[in-house]
This record gives sequence, C-alpha cells and structure tokens, in this order.
Amino acid sequence: MTKHSIKHLDQLEAEAIHIFREVAAEFENPVILYSVGKDSSVLLKLAQKAFYPGKIPMPLLHVDTTFKFDEMYRFRDEYTKEIGADLIVYRNKEALEEIGPVENWTCPLCSDLLKTQGLIKALSEGNYDAAIGGARRDEERSRAKERIFSFRNKFMEWDPKGQRPELWDIYNTRHKPGESFRVFPLSNWTELDIWNYIYTEEIPIVPLYYASEREVLHRDGMLLPTGGFIKPREGEKVETIMCRFRTLGCRLCTGAIPSKAKTLPEIIEEVMIARKSEREHRAVDQDRDGSMEEKKKEGYF
Amino acid sequence: MKVLELLKTNEKKELLRFVTAGSVDDGKSTLIGRLLHESKGIYEDQLEAVKLASGKKGSSLYELDFALVTDGLKAEREQGITIDVAYRYFSTPKRKFIIADTPGHEQYTRNMATGASTASLSVILVDASQGVLTQSRRHSFISSLLGIPHMVVAVNKMDLVDYSEEVFREICDDFAGFAAKLEVRDVTFVPVSALKGDNVTTRSKKTPWYQGPTLLGHLEEVHIAGDRNLIDMRFPVQYVSRDNPDFRGYAGTLSSGVMRPGDKVMVLPSGNKSRVAEITGVNGALKEAFPPLGITVTLEDEIDISRGDMLVHENNRPRVTNKFEAMVVWMSETPMKKSKGYIVKHTTRTAPAAITELRYKIDVDTMHRLEADTLALNEIGRVVITSNRPLCFDPYSKNRSTGAFIIIDRVSDNTVGAGMILDRIPEDQLYTGSKWDVAGERSNLESKESMIKPEERRDALGHSSFTVWLTGAPGAGKTTIAYELERALFNNGVNVSVLDGENTRLGLSRDLDFTADDRSENIRRAAQVAKLLNDSGLVTICAFLSPYEKDRKNAQELIGAEKFFEIHVAAEQETCEKRRPNLYAKAKSGEISNFSTISAPYETPKTPDLRISTDEHAPSESVDKIIHLLKRSNLI
Repeated sequence: MTKHSIKHLDQLEAEAIHIFREVAAEFENPVILYSVGKDSSVLLKLAQKAFYPGKIPMPLLHVDTTFKFDEMYRFRDEYTKEIGADLIVYRNKEALEEIGPVENWTCPLCSDLLKTQGLIKALSEGNYDAAIGGARRDEERSRAKERIFSFRNKFMEWDPKGQRPELWDIYNTRHKPGESFRVFPLSNWTELDIWNYIYTEEIPIVPLYYASEREVLHRDGMLLPTGGFIKPREGEKVETIMCRFRTLGCRLCTGAIPSKAKTLPEIIEEVMIARKSEREHRAVDQDRDGSMEEKKKEGYF
Repeated sequence: MKVLELLKTNEKKELLRFVTAGSVDDGKSTLIGRLLHESKGIYEDQLEAVKLASGKKGSSLYELDFALVTDGLKAEREQGITIDVAYRYFSTPKRKFIIADTPGHEQYTRNMATGASTASLSVILVDASQGVLTQSRRHSFISSLLGIPHMVVAVNKMDLVDYSEEVFREICDDFAGFAAKLEVRDVTFVPVSALKGDNVTTRSKKTPWYQGPTLLGHLEEVHIAGDRNLIDMRFPVQYVSRDNPDFRGYAGTLSSGVMRPGDKVMVLPSGNKSRVAEITGVNGALKEAFPPLGITVTLEDEIDISRGDMLVHENNRPRVTNKFEAMVVWMSETPMKKSKGYIVKHTTRTAPAAITELRYKIDVDTMHRLEADTLALNEIGRVVITSNRPLCFDPYSKNRSTGAFIIIDRVSDNTVGAGMILDRIPEDQLYTGSKWDVAGERSNLESKESMIKPEERRDALGHSSFTVWLTGAPGAGKTTIAYELERALFNNGVNVSVLDGENTRLGLSRDLDFTADDRSENIRRAAQVAKLLNDSGLVTICAFLSPYEKDRKNAQELIGAEKFFEIHVAAEQETCEKRRPNLYAKAKSGEISNFSTISAPYETPKTPDLRISTDEHAPSESVDKIIHLLKRSNLI
C-alpha cells in the first residue's frame, strides 16, 4: 500500500458523493427516494457526507404502500427526525380507497398501484426533475445495464435500448420540462459493500434485519411473518423460528430467511457465504422472465 | 471471530475496474462466467437460471452460456445479442473488481469506449486457433485511445491448439508488433482455456512452459496505484454550498494532484489568487487530500467562485483556452455536423461549442487516417473544437479527468460524442491543411545566403546539381528505375542519392498517413530534402507516386524549374497489378484505403519532361532515355 492508496469502499463512497453533488448542482427540484431499507440508510449517510457541514439540500420521499412492517415506520420517523431530514410521505389515496381493505390486495396489485403508480403520481405531483434511489447493478440483470443518471421521458418511462452513453464521471443531465432522471449513486456497490459500509460507519438499520424469534407461516414458497393482516389461511402452518430479513418490502411480499445472525458481523458472515441472491425472497421480481425490466420501463424503481 | 478479520481485509482491498473486449466466439462470456463463478460472484439462483436458459439453447453443463448472466435486457436474451455494456462485480481476498463487459460485434466502438472510459485495465481476448484478427487490433486501438494504462491479452482456447507454446509465442509476437504503435505502457500475455479452466484462476499443468501468473493472479497483482496523477493539482468546483452564510465552501472531487491547507491556489479562468484555509473530507478535516476524494475547500480570501471554475496551484496550471484539438468518438445515429452548435461538458463546466474542423477520421481496422466531412455513428476522428467559454484542461494522455469531455446535442439533449483532448498545440501552430508556401520559402532564403556559390560547388564536384522526379502508379516501376539510374550516374562520377516513398515513409514522414493532405505533406518534405541536397551540390532522384498535379508543380517551383525533371513512369493497369498482386488485392478488398488508381485519384502528368512506358522498355532502356535527356540539357 502506497501513501496515497485508496481503498475500494473509499472509492465507492467518493463516487456516490460526486453523484449527489452533481444532482444538487444541476437539478432544480431533486428528491431522495427513501424506502427505509438498509440501502436507503446508506444512501442517507452518503447524502449527509456529501453536503456536510450543510444540511441535505433536498427532501426525502417515502412512497408508502401502508403495508410495511411497524418496525419500519417507527425507524423511519425516528431516524429522519434525528438527522434533521425533510421527509415527505406519499400514499396513493385514490387506489387505497378504490380497492379497499387489505384482504383485497395482492402483491402484484400493490406493486403496480401503490408502488409504481404511487411513485409516478408522487413524482409528478411534486414536479421533481431528479429522484435519487438506492438501486444497485448487482441486484438484477436489467439493472446491470442501467445508467447512473437514467433518463425518463415525460411519461416517466425508461427506454433500455435508447439510453444515453455514460462515460467517465461526466453525466449528461440535460432535459426538457416534464422529463426527469432517476439517479443511482449506489450503482457500483454490491450487497457486501453495503453491509461493510454499514459496519464501518455504524449506520443504524431497521431491527428486522437482525435475527430474532419470529412467528411465521409458509406461503408461496416464502416465510411470511404473521401479524397485522398476515394471518394463516386454511391449511397454512404457523411456527416460530429464528429468522431475519435480507431485504425489506411489504408484508405481502417480503419473506424471511431462517438465520441466527443477531449482530452485524454475523449478518455479514452469512452474506459472504450466501449462495442465493437477495432478491430471491421477493415475489415481485419473479412473475416472469424480464419482469423487473417491464416494471422499470413503466417507472418502477 | 473470523468475520472480523475478513472485514479488516475487505476494507483494505483496492478496486480494479477493467473492460473485457471480444465476441462470444472468442469465449469471452465463458471467461467472465468462470471468473465470476470461481470467485463466487454468481449466486446459485442466477446460476440455476443460466442452466435453465442454456438448456433451452441446448448447451451442455459446463459449456454454459454465461452471456445469459451478463446480458441483462430481455431483447438481448431473445435475440441472442448483447446490446449494451453490462457491469459485473466480484471480489477476491485481494481486490474488488468491476467488469465492464462490452459486446464484440454490434456498436462495439461506442460501447467499448463507454466501458473503457472508467477502466484501468483491458482484457483483450484472442482465439488461439484463429490468431490475431482485425477485431483484436480494433479493441486494442480503442483501449489505447481511451488511455487505459494496462492491457492483458488472454490467448484463449489453448486447448484447441494442444497448449502449444509455439502458437502462443507467435500470437504474442504478432500482437506486440502492432501494440508497439499504440501508446500502451503495459501489455501482458496469458495463455488460457476458459472452457477447461486453464490459467484462469488456477495454474495449468498443461502449460509447463508458461511461468507467468494466471489471469486472475495478474488482475490481483497488477500495480495500479501509480496510475493516478498525483502531480498536477486540479480541483474543479462542483457545488457551492449556499445554505449557511458563515460557511462558504467549495465542494468537489479532487481530479488529480495533492492539496494541503496553506497551499497557494489560483482560481481559473479568473486568475484570482488565495490560500487554502481548510479541507473537509467525508470524515472531518484533512491535512492532505488526493484523488479521487470528495472534499469541501474553504479559502482565506473571499473571492467569487462558482461551479465550473477550477482551483490549481499557481505554478502548475492547465491550459485555459476556448480552442483545442481532440479525438472524438461519435455515438449518435445522427452524424456529426461541422459548425453546428453543440454543448460540451468538461469536468463540471458546460459550454456551448462547435466542431470547427474535422482533420481526418480513423479506420479502426487498419488505423489509417482518412479524409472525411463528417463522423457517423461509431466513427472516430480528430477535430478542432471551439467553445464559447474557455475550458481549463490538460491533454488526456496526462490527465484523464481534465482531458475528457462529452458532446451533447442541443435539440435532442442526447450524448452524441466523447472527446479526448490532445497534447497542447499553440493556436497559431494548429495544422491548417497544406503547408506549402513556396513564395514564403523564397523570401526567407533571400534573407541569408550561403557564402559558397553554386558554381564553386559545381567545379569542386565536377557536375551540376538537379532533381529527377519519377512519378507514376504503384507498380509502374519508379523505384527500380530510380536505383538503376543512381548506379549509372554514380558510375559516371556523379554524387547522387535516392529518395523514395518507402524510405521517407519509414523515417522523415513516419507520422503521416495516406490522405490527400498527408500525401501532399509527404511530397513537400521530400521536395525540401531534395532541394537541400541540390543546394549542397548533390543530385537527387525522387521516386514518389505523387498523384496530385498541384503537389508536383509545387515541388518543381520549390526546387527550381531549371533543376527539376519530371519523368512520368507509365505502365498499363494490368501490368502494375501483376507486379504488385498483394498490394492491389488489399486495395480492391478495401483493406488498404485511399489507394491511388483504385480508391484515390492519380492525376497523369500533362507535360512531363519525359514519359517512359515500362510495358515497352526494360529498366536499363528507361535509364538510358533519362541519361540522354540529362546530357541534352548539359547537366552531365
């Protein structure tokens, strides 16, 4: 190691900070999409660092399906208050009223109306010209090809074959009124990088990531924690097991994994020997071949 | 706990970004698949998906089509092609790697340039059973154009050539031959079989003659810390924090060099000076900042600084101007338009700009320079750019961060080009086409004249000095006649030498190509040398294709009509082709472009001093005819 050598996490951090500052400098009305998950926590930390000693000069937007875990809502409110961030919560009220009680909702319906449509409505009502998200290229095949500054037409659609070339760290942010960008500062991070950064920077995350005794039921090949509106249907077995979550989404579609990892190093150890990619436990990606790509074209994150 | 140690090691890892070039036929996907799989960069469910999809395509188990992992878009998988650059990640205990995997066929230039722009190493695949193909040359050229400091040539499919050392060596020599012409500092060759796993991540027993590292071993060990420019401090101001009136900090990413509190700095382009008060890093105050850290800088003086300005050390400044030359890769379906208004984004500065000149474009297969009026998608050319506001830049070869820019279309807002600024050339010396200035040369000569009179030289040497200029199509016989004539004159006591296309192209004109401008320049140089030799009393025989009437007239005027003999060496096209079959075959297939008489003009001299048909006359007869002409002119 030479004197000015730079480690890979420092380099990823520097890249993300550069991206945040570029957004702040080049857009009129940017917003950070906050999903309460671990990647969002990292995203917030990087935003704080990018603008230190100033405050984060853009609001956070949480597109809420109302079906999240209680722990997530609690964490969201406490943490954003603690760091003094400006939080906007958006719910697709029309859809929630139209479909009605939770029993009427399915995972694809929630994903379409509350996430995708909810996001599109939130962004257009807020007139945001840039939305920063925590997606990573190693999560899913179609994301491996998405630009860091990803252009959206005025219908917020993504055109995978017509993407602007992106070279060096020079980002083309030109757009016309109504057009916008999705920006991904964590594009080049892997799941392990995220965990490692959380560990070294001591970043707070939702307790659901840590293993604990939880009551779960088996449904559609997933372990769904009971509670709230998740109740056993006929023939479904309920058991209490030591488990945790690799990713956090809605109660409808987020499965737990059996795990004994109660501390960060234990989680990291589990991740490092993991042989399954993390999105496997989310029903949303598994509809059909290319499902994520289809969703992204329509405006999903 | 073991994981804590693991984390410690992980935190110390360096990051290596590399780009892979080659097509599926070279086994690129298999190679990447193996790197990912053996370093556990592929998860099991992804592997299952690949196996499933491969099954559909009828592949066997280990001949998995890993393109199914890298090809992310549905259209790509359906059509079995790779459209776009894909980024892949893996790490070993030593380093973290980011692969920019670029497609080998479709839109390779645009995609490879994109992948190469952030890479510090390129892996070029060569199929051992095929040898070095045009495609490998193309990839190496783009790799060097984008300034990638390290190159690895993975000679793949060694299993198909029985792990032959000889085949490997031949490919190395062949490749090194043209790599020498490119500006790549570091080229390493590794014999591998991606399919069988030889020398990819583990050493192969089948190549005992190979002592070097495995491919992965090399990727882990290659020294990259020295690639960064730590000398020229460049800090483009990216963002000025406004929300705190007591704190006026300039945020940005340090592009190159080292910055310390107390440093005397200059703000460009204004030229205002100050000192660095404090540098805030991501974790607090810094005593020293180096690239590529994101920092916030405060200065001792209150001066007006905004986004797009650059802080530098006073005694080490970049060039600040609004006119510069650059190599440009065109990336849009809509061709480049000269003098049209574009937008250039360079560091954090954005400025309206126009491409005022296109010097030439480069044929990426042959690396020849061609004349052109425009650049189409995936074409590369050398241009002059004039921007409305001055830019602060360094040549790309010295500083990738401050030498790179993108070109944006004002109407579509698309990124249409990527540029790399060339080494500094003062504006008044910018090459402006023809350099012939016969009248100017004359007036310069009159200012100072040699004290030795031409008559004195003639008496001392025993003959007058003059130039015999042989022009004609390739294969007409110019060079043969030139050397026979030289021998004949020498035997008659004449001090004589030959200048021909071959020997000038190898030395004097090594930097030139075969465009009309470069041909003209080659003739100008040859004429200048002939004139110098004549002035010192010697006789010169020039054997040059010299296809343009205007160039020959200029040469005649420069040397002096009384000393200049234009000989047209003529032969039937058929004869010429028979004499140089390989050359003409390449010209006709397009492998050689701008070839006089095939793909470029040859202007037949209208009134030469002598016209010789080599169809009718043997070389000795031709020489006799020239000597007869010279005697008749009382020169010998």
